[in-house]
Amino acid sequence: MARDTVNRIELVNVSKSFPGVLANDQVSLVVKPGEIHALLGENGAGKSTLVKMIYGIMQPDAGRITWEGQPVTIANPKAARRMGIGMVFQHFSLFEAMTVLENIALGLDAKRSQSQLEQQVRDVLLAYGLNLDPHRTVSTLSVGERQRIEIVRALLLRPKLLIMDEPTSVLTPQEVELLFATLKQLARTGCPILYISHKLQEVRELCEAATILRGGKVVAHCDPRSETPKSMAELMIGSSLLQISKVAKGKPGDVRFAVDNLSLSGTGDFGVSLEGVSFAVRAGEIFGIAGVAGNGQNELSLALNGETPVSNPSAIMLDGKPVGTFGTTARRAAGLCAVPEERNGHGAVADFSLTDNTVLTARDRQGFVSGGIINHTAASAFATAVINAFTVKATGSDALAGSLSGGNLQKFIMGREMLQKPGVLVVSQPTWGVDAGAATAIHQSLVDLAKGGTAIIVISQDLDELLSICDRLAVINEGRLSRDLKTGKANIDEIGLLMGGVHGEHGAHAH
Amino acid sequence: MHIELEQRKAPSRAMQALAPVGAVLATMLTGALIFTALGYDGFGAVKQIFYEPLTSAYRWQDLGVKSAPLILIALGLAVGFRANVWNIGGEGQYVIGALAGTGIALATWGLQGWWILPLMCIAGIAGGAAYAAIAAWLKTRFNVNEILSSLMLTYVAVQVLFYLMRGPWKDPQGFNFPQTRMFTDSQILPAVIPGSVVHLGIPIAFLVALAMWFIMSKSLFGFQIRVVGAAPAAARYGGFSSRNTIWAAMLVGGGFAGFAGIVEAAGPFGQMTPQFPAGYGFTAIIVAFLGRLHPIGIVLAGLVLAVSYVGGELAQSNIGLPKSATGVFQAMMLFFLLAADVLVKYRVRISAKAGAA
Repeated sequence: MARDTVNRIELVNVSKSFPGVLANDQVSLVVKPGEIHALLGENGAGKSTLVKMIYGIMQPDAGRITWEGQPVTIANPKAARRMGIGMVFQHFSLFEAMTVLENIALGLDAKRSQSQLEQQVRDVLLAYGLNLDPHRTVSTLSVGERQRIEIVRALLLRPKLLIMDEPTSVLTPQEVELLFATLKQLARTGCPILYISHKLQEVRELCEAATILRGGKVVAHCDPRSETPKSMAELMIGSSLLQISKVAKGKPGDVRFAVDNLSLSGTGDFGVSLEGVSFAVRAGEIFGIAGVAGNGQNELSLALNGETPVSNPSAIMLDGKPVGTFGTTARRAAGLCAVPEERNGHGAVADFSLTDNTVLTARDRQGFVSGGIINHTAASAFATAVINAFTVKATGSDALAGSLSGGNLQKFIMGREMLQKPGVLVVSQPTWGVDAGAATAIHQSLVDLAKGGTAIIVISQDLDELLSICDRLAVINEGRLSRDLKTGKANIDEIGLLMGGVHGEHGAHAH
Repeated sequence: MHIELEQRKAPSRAMQALAPVGAVLATMLTGALIFTALGYDGFGAVKQIFYEPLTSAYRWQDLGVKSAPLILIALGLAVGFRANVWNIGGEGQYVIGALAGTGIALATWGLQGWWILPLMCIAGIAGGAAYAAIAAWLKTRFNVNEILSSLMLTYVAVQVLFYLMRGPWKDPQGFNFPQTRMFTDSQILPAVIPGSVVHLGIPIAFLVALAMWFIMSKSLFGFQIRVVGAAPAAARYGGFSSRNTIWAAMLVGGGFAGFAGIVEAAGPFGQMTPQFPAGYGFTAIIVAFLGRLHPIGIVLAGLVLAVSYVGGELAQSNIGLPKSATGVFQAMMLFFLLAADVLVKYRVRISAKAGAA
């Protein structure tokens, strides 16, 4: 077709600013028919803003967009969909209590009859070899299956451009493989895919072109197939990446933290129950807990840090002492510090200064309070020490936590807990949404802390992260923890199957 | 035309501080226009309400008397509001506190001693706190919305007052009027300035405000209240129980309102009557927000609202404005403040282009 030689979409010098930030600065981007084009960049580099303008959620302040050679204004997402632009968001918008088909029907602009829609859905599923029952209730589906609903919803519109925002962050390795097969098949039909990700190994496997953003500007174009993950990461952060130095361990120390047959019933309609979770971590060891989001990680991390104490004291032993019934304050006193998954509003209070945020969790171990009065000077000194030790970019200890970037706030929170010299540290998603440079720094500091004799538990969905820093790991699935695997010998396929659990994909064996 | 609210990156501190001033000015202007449109001398009314009370020393005394209960109640309510505990029943806790203190006064009637007045105050605090405890218990035990329970309990409190005045506590020598005996000298707050109406409760209110400022900004209790209000999940992670915080906030709010009640009963009233509930408990909500939930701001806001009370009475007698005009002005202040707060957080963007259909 003659049209296929025309660029599908072209952005020329597109700029967009928000109060105080220039999110996109004269960004140009060309996507050709049939290509899988990666959009790479650190957090805050402007990737989301750019795709939001393509999908009509935001309007550019300057620059122009051409669609199949014609200049266009994309007024809103409905207009974008009419032009043939589909988007699959990182966070799904699905109703848990409704069926797959009902969810798809709700997301469509044009009304179709139930039977007509079901036929169309089945056609798409068949054409792409996707495994999904249109009559299943969403709450019973795995995350990979849920994502498939969003993809089917987009494919029903016969898209001419599909935008995927961080699609693999919640998938098992097998689910990722299935997704890639679908995407490659779609691209062969001529539909280009704009693929946003920070997983560089995947980008190498999948994409044939990449545009790299840094600080709102395009800094490089490359062909990921001829780059290494390291070289792309360095383009993203604009400097060379430090390697984590892991010293050879002596023999492991005594058991500092032991969880024995921990069970907890889930709260709410979609809470996950923990069933007989057991593991032990020795001094100097980093123990990883892998798993797909929503398999009980939240419940487990709250049970470990004391936000939900359990009724059996000896279900959790800290240095030989039963602490199961202790709340967070008592567990901290006994030597257990924790970093929750969510930074804003859980790990830190956005409206509070960094000093006040140290009072939140370090007040007892660092002795900030006497006679009910807070010693502001001592807290401020500790906050400054954290800022310096972890190279947090902040204007000082009086800066509001909310004014820090995600990576810097995460470094601050991690630093706040680590400088308290805990005997046991429980960390959830230590580098979630953190740029590559900060992630390396955080990983290095965890390794260093373990060297000093702390037992560390890392709960993460990022398997690469766990494999690079942990000594052992186990997989959590539907609230049950697998036996533990040595990371040295662990085999990705085995971990992937454990992550899939009873939701394991039959399709996975079809390859 | 297309109007949208766009969130500001960080609200400016100056704007936050000036919003209450802007709200008061907007209230004056709008009030003047409304009452002019109604056929009154609108600008004269605003002058009577907001300026006349400031013109003589005698009226300054009045301002002190009116502001003391407003400040005390608002200081307590602000603790709750900071922690997202919405105690709207300050009026009921104020009435029950006053009744508890009055109970001591009637029981010790005819006795003398320095201990009677402090005992009445303690009873007032305990009464208000106990009344607020009902809403706290319903909230923590059954998750009953404290806005509804505390508000509804206010009407119960007023009926308890009416019952006591018409029955058990009626003054035996009172010609069957529904009111208690006059309190004796041992049961009345002494005047701070001899010969004036300035009673001891007024300096106490100002001192309590200073103490609250210290507690809220320097103590771990104040930190707990602020954390629970700003980020409940972070509070749980930091080891602050939301249940304890609800209890503390309700008890402090009720205790302060109860104290204000007995200060009012043992001060300007000198007895208990069915006319006792004057809406201070509700006006204190406006005071708390106009004062930005900050103890010192609350003192200033308490004075502003006291001006509107005194001025409202002046406007009634001097230019025949209806009594409800005071309420209209007070309510406008709250609405303008809430509107100003939206503008502090957001900017208005008006663009000519309409989104394509």
